[in-house]
Amino acid sequence: MLRDVVGASVVDVWHRDAVLPAVDLVVLPGGFSYGDYLRTGALAACSPIMGAIKAHAERGGLVLGICNGFQILIESGLLPGALLRNTSLRFICRPVGVRVERSDTPFTSRYAVGQVLTLPIAHADGSYWADPGTLRRLQDDARIVFRYVATEGGAANPNGSLDAIAGICSERRNILGLMPHPERASEPELGSRDGLPLFLSAVDSLCGAR
Amino acid sequence: MASSGELDHPPIDAALAARHGLTPEEYATCCDRLGRQPTLVELGIVSVMWSEHCSYKSSRVHLKRLPTTGPQVLQGPGENAGAVDIGDGLAAVFKIESHNHPSFIEPYQGAATGVGGILRDIFTMGARPVALLDSLRFGSLEDADNRYLFERVVAGIAGYGNCIGVPTVGGEVAFHELYRFNPLVNVFCLGIAAKDRLFRGEASGVGNPVMYVGAKTGRDGIHGATMASEEFGEGSAAKRPMVQVGDPFTEKLLLEACLELMSQDLIVGIQDMGAAGLTSSSCEMAGRGGTGIEIDVRRVPTRETGMTPYEIMLSESQERMLLVAKPGCERAVADIFAKWELEAAVIGRVTDTGRIAVVEGDKTVADLPIAILTDGAPKYERPLAPPAFQELLQNLSVDALPMPSSSNAVLLALLASPTISSKAWVYDQYDHMVGTNTMVVPGSDAAVIRIKGTSTALAMSVDGNSRYCMLNPYVGGMIAVAEACRNVVCSGARPLGATDCLNFGNPERPEVMWQFALVIDGISDACRAFGVPVVSGNVSFYNETKGLGIYPTPVVGVVGKASVRHVISQAFQAPGHAVIILGETKEELGGTEYVARWHHRELGLPPELDLEAETRLYACCLEVMAAGLVQSAHDCSDGGLAVAIAESCISGRSRIGVRVEVANPRGLRPDAVLFGESQSRVVLSVRPDAVKAVLAVADRIGVPAAWVGETGGDRLLMSIAGETMIDLALGEAANAWRDAVPSLLKGTSCASS
Repeated sequence: MLRDVVGASVVDVWHRDAVLPAVDLVVLPGGFSYGDYLRTGALAACSPIMGAIKAHAERGGLVLGICNGFQILIESGLLPGALLRNTSLRFICRPVGVRVERSDTPFTSRYAVGQVLTLPIAHADGSYWADPGTLRRLQDDARIVFRYVATEGGAANPNGSLDAIAGICSERRNILGLMPHPERASEPELGSRDGLPLFLSAVDSLCGAR
Repeated sequence: MASSGELDHPPIDAALAARHGLTPEEYATCCDRLGRQPTLVELGIVSVMWSEHCSYKSSRVHLKRLPTTGPQVLQGPGENAGAVDIGDGLAAVFKIESHNHPSFIEPYQGAATGVGGILRDIFTMGARPVALLDSLRFGSLEDADNRYLFERVVAGIAGYGNCIGVPTVGGEVAFHELYRFNPLVNVFCLGIAAKDRLFRGEASGVGNPVMYVGAKTGRDGIHGATMASEEFGEGSAAKRPMVQVGDPFTEKLLLEACLELMSQDLIVGIQDMGAAGLTSSSCEMAGRGGTGIEIDVRRVPTRETGMTPYEIMLSESQERMLLVAKPGCERAVADIFAKWELEAAVIGRVTDTGRIAVVEGDKTVADLPIAILTDGAPKYERPLAPPAFQELLQNLSVDALPMPSSSNAVLLALLASPTISSKAWVYDQYDHMVGTNTMVVPGSDAAVIRIKGTSTALAMSVDGNSRYCMLNPYVGGMIAVAEACRNVVCSGARPLGATDCLNFGNPERPEVMWQFALVIDGISDACRAFGVPVVSGNVSFYNETKGLGIYPTPVVGVVGKASVRHVISQAFQAPGHAVIILGETKEELGGTEYVARWHHRELGLPPELDLEAETRLYACCLEVMAAGLVQSAHDCSDGGLAVAIAESCISGRSRIGVRVEVANPRGLRPDAVLFGESQSRVVLSVRPDAVKAVLAVADRIGVPAAWVGETGGDRLLMSIAGETMIDLALGEAANAWRDAVPSLLKGTSCASS
């Protein structure tokens, strides 16, 4: 999608490599790394490549984790908190309402604060949780980037996330993790283009255009 | 020949053979063909290869009648899956398969490994799986045991399909008391391959190495195929260890490893180890190649110690493949599997003996002619006879059915019928969008996926109405094909090929075989008329428990090709669109969901199907869709016109009301107009300025068409000959439809463990 729709130059990186090629943005996509065995994202967080990704992030490089990618970022300590089993205890795949809370991140500059997107979710373990201190820091530092909201016929907070959190960023705002799938809502043929500005924002930020 | 050397088994005789599922006659035939008694390993091999599940011994004489050829067919039945040409140098590879018996015993793993098995059938052919569908049947959700089976089967499908990353894009679920002890789990998979890179399960090239790849072999699933060839009685829960255990992450690795392997020039044939594991894969590969095969069980990777040759040959451990490598390529094959952290071992070689030889080190434990296991397996022309009560069943006195006092109440009851109601509770648990190809998500007539890099989209649907088949197996068989094709057509796609899963009771009963033979005739005639050959399929007999069988339940899957620019779904798209009904409404109430739910009768003759009228309907729909004239299309099936129109109102992202006025020149019963299930009908919505053009096309092709109303508002209004019959708030209709399944499940936990 980054290649075909956004027109970015994309390289695949093997999980057992220890060195990252020269890239501007690292995307940890959705999927079931290691079959979600043990705990979602826990095994992939130990992959050899994760050391290089952490170094890339420390240098201020952009990192985007979607769904299982968000789970891996949490398990590897790049983002705080935990992603628990959905309160329904079931996998949920459906479009949900997601409100943009911050436009001052490299991934959301093309959105307006308060804009409500329709993005699909597809996960069994997406209920965000953090201890009260962490939650307060996330709120105080304006790091809650996306929240679930009710839409016509759709309940708010489908998975029972704390404070309806759907996505958060790192302190320096260069790492974003979110459970909804913007890449599944970036083409008219798939019914929605609400997710595309996220990727275009990242391109803007990398190209220095605002 | 030496005995297998195992002293802890009873003597090999007809009694032991009977415990392996062989009849005394079959055991005698076996001894006769061998000229001696089989060894224990041989008895195990013969019994699974001669099981109904592997040999199709009751169905083969009938399956021959199915049309299987056509210019688009790249691979017909007999391989791991069928394939049709979809242009751009690509093939659509697809098949449907049942996993009924294991899913009754252990619903989560039974359903999960059903998904795993059909996925392997597809990628064995060199195709990347891109879509799954499921056709499910359960008993009433008012019963806790059925809720348990339903919830766990859905969880099993979700657990496997979601994890491996192949979207489950649609399917169907129906409920009837007769599936209480025999739930049906039929899984369909579609894959895409380069049409000149299709792989086949053939062992050729004498001396070529036979390699085992994938997961290690354990003791799970031994005699699963035999179990699937028997009725259930008391104590079926004790068969739970026969059900295999799935590991979707290993299958994901196997999928990627196999596709990487197939992108290079390293193998001559490959076959998945499904039912009857190593035994059937090796016999079938050698059978197709006209060769022989020798296997050393000591070289088979095992995950348990002390496994006997018998256990290794009969294990149905999942996520395994057998392949024949090109000479000298063993190392390259092994390297690919090592990259994906999977086992790969040379376990034997292709021979020219026409025999399967199983050795354990230097000791031969089985040595059988392949021919008696494959084409030479028993073949039965079983007796056929209609059930004694067939004429009584077909006798429905319509005049004795009182007209319902409120059509609103009937419509609400039908929308809340679990068979008709929204299945969002089910498909919300399936990742139906992974891969970013799903253009029409579950809940419409057919699911549609696009093929990236082309302008092609593929529509697919699985359908079957078992009540129709019980009342008239021939017509029921035809309608199964017609409905699947119609669903595909309603999505904007031209049907290209079919696959069938034939679920029946005990074939040793003449009335079951009578139903089976007629269903095959119905499917055959419809497929021929529509130019849609059957390229793959599966038969599941013995869906009986304690002597009670299911309705005859053929499930037909159809795949069609559309342009991505003309993909249509069933939901009304906007207010102010005109509503057109294509096709003719007759007074047909026999076998309908309405008569079953409202009048509690499952009687009468199912609706007629005129194959020529149906063919014209397809032509008409496809022409107006290709001209860009259509906004939505929905076929009339269970619940008739009223349910179809209601679903078009409430199944989209936003609800849209409608006002429909139907003429009734022949004075049909109003309930037949609203809820009758006449075939060959489609509800279209079109822009007002397209009405004339659509009616003109219908007229030219010879399809009855009527402009009956307009979308808009927040009510569902239907009148017949000027009299208002249905007047419902959309919210009320939507709630009945949406909440039916969740409310039946509410407050329940798993009934048994």
